[in-house]
Amino acid sequence: MSIAIPAAEPRRFVGRDQLVLVVIWLLLITVPLWLPLLGGYTALAARVLVFGLAAMALNLLLGFTGVLSFGHAAYFGLGAYGAGLTLRYLVHSTPLAMLAGTLLGGVAGTLFGLLIVRRRGVYFAMCTIAFGQLWYYLAYSWNSFTGGFDGLRDFQRAPIGLGPLTLDITTGGAPFYFFLLAIFAVAAALMGLVLRSPFGRTLLAIRENERRARFLGIPVERHIWLSFSISCFFTALAGALYALLNNFADPMTLHYSLSGYFVVMTVIGGMRTFWGPLVGAAVFVMLQDYISSMTVNWMSFIGLIFMFVVLFFPRGLLGTKRKPAQG
Amino acid sequence: MTQLILFNVTNGLIIGAFYVLMALGLALILNLSNVINFAHGNFLALGGYLAFTLSPTLGYWGALLVSPLLTAAIGVLVERLMIRRIYNRDPVYSLLFTFGLAFVMQDTARYIWGPNGLPMGLPDVLAQPITASLFFITWYRVFMVTVVIVAVIGLFTFLRRSRVGLRIRAGTLDLETVATLGVNVRNLRTFNFGLGCLLAGLSGVLAAGQIGLNPNMGDDLLLPSFIAIIVGGVGSLIGTLFGGLLIGVAAALTTVVYPSASEAVIYGIMMAVLLIRPRGLMGEEGMLS
Repeated sequence: MSIAIPAAEPRRFVGRDQLVLVVIWLLLITVPLWLPLLGGYTALAARVLVFGLAAMALNLLLGFTGVLSFGHAAYFGLGAYGAGLTLRYLVHSTPLAMLAGTLLGGVAGTLFGLLIVRRRGVYFAMCTIAFGQLWYYLAYSWNSFTGGFDGLRDFQRAPIGLGPLTLDITTGGAPFYFFLLAIFAVAAALMGLVLRSPFGRTLLAIRENERRARFLGIPVERHIWLSFSISCFFTALAGALYALLNNFADPMTLHYSLSGYFVVMTVIGGMRTFWGPLVGAAVFVMLQDYISSMTVNWMSFIGLIFMFVVLFFPRGLLGTKRKPAQG
Repeated sequence: MTQLILFNVTNGLIIGAFYVLMALGLALILNLSNVINFAHGNFLALGGYLAFTLSPTLGYWGALLVSPLLTAAIGVLVERLMIRRIYNRDPVYSLLFTFGLAFVMQDTARYIWGPNGLPMGLPDVLAQPITASLFFITWYRVFMVTVVIVAVIGLFTFLRRSRVGLRIRAGTLDLETVATLGVNVRNLRTFNFGLGCLLAGLSGVLAAGQIGLNPNMGDDLLLPSFIAIIVGGVGSLIGTLFGGLLIGVAAALTTVVYPSASEAVIYGIMMAVLLIRPRGLMGEEGMLS
């Protein structure tokens, strides 16, 4: 009788992860082929990508560092406004708009992170919510600059010049979707690298046992701050893409209810998985699109989804019953 | 000018009083159960709407008494049936849950009472201004502030003097020890949640007379209440009290000088507090940190 070899188990999980990876990328690349057959439209898939990126960025903090931010809409919205304002007032350039949006949201998050990095749990969450609403009020009341309640209009994403070639993404549809997908792929790869690095493993250690990590001499505050900052930069990038997608930025991109949507997307997909938030975003965006076309009482349904997920489905779609990895 | 400043300080005190009632209820639940009740603003709206529905039969004074109690009862029901299941889980779940609950409650209020604003009738006695020169100080405003003061004193006396109040305060510091000493912590938390909703319901009835009723009337008060708690210091109810008054008056005084910055100044105060004294004005070191 041979005894089961424990070493075989991790390999099986690698297999599962790779299967998920292949399936997700196959589905993403072929979206323009199959989505119309299901009655969807490419802009919907683009929205899934953008929200998925934001939720994955949030998950870097929520699922992989164990720190709860309920104010990530702030950095998403700042990214959107940064891109929109750049296109409207400064230069007609898509890459520069993306850069400006990412920097605006990322730097704001980095600075605010310094203030709250010692807080934990719900107190940390409360600070992030409150700080996020500051930007909402600012965008709301600075009418002449941001367009106020009606949002920032009158800007258009510009074609991208690549040497002799020009990538025309102004029309939307499939070309713009693939442009988004390319950016998403780069961002996802970068986030994956961060999580695989010694720094990312340290974040897991902090999530699992903060006190032990501290005893081991890990500068916990600095790691959480860096994680918060990185997460904000990627969220802001998603926000900038969102402004490009809609040619529009409105105060609701800064509102705390969007933060709640990001968190629920993450939980629906599975908090402790890398691709979970993307899957959650897909489910949430489709449901929201469907429900708001069916009934005026969509708020109740969205609210019930939140409550249902919490009570009966806390692990999420990609989450496993397995205990979190030790060490 | 003097009258303008006086006008705004009065406004500030009244808004501050609402912040205080909201924030005290939120803080009670936060301190004992570690739950941020996103639906607190909706319990406020519920209190207001119940008073609106009950006042034709019970009269204004009856509604003022009964509807906060009913709000508390509904709060107890919600806690018993749902929220208590998620106390021992990661805080992300309780946040998501109350967030969803807020959506459902707001939509339900819109469904039952309609999306448009409704006026709340007041007894004639309260609707009069006190003097003609200070036209903005109506008896209702004096009455509101008095009720808030009585409620706050009542709450603090209850927490200091009664056995249950003592347990709530002790549970804020160390719930595990309180449970070990034989206190039924489940019931304590339920009662405490109801108490928080009672305060929300009371502020709802009062707010309805001032600003009228609409399904999201509590939303504008929710975020300032969070800030009142952060400024005052988590874990200290006295701190929350002063935090609420401080940001109310500060926002109102800013209105005199530069109206559109009145929201921003609240956030400015929060940032300053987080920077200079991260635990809050009267917060205890290590509380939830």
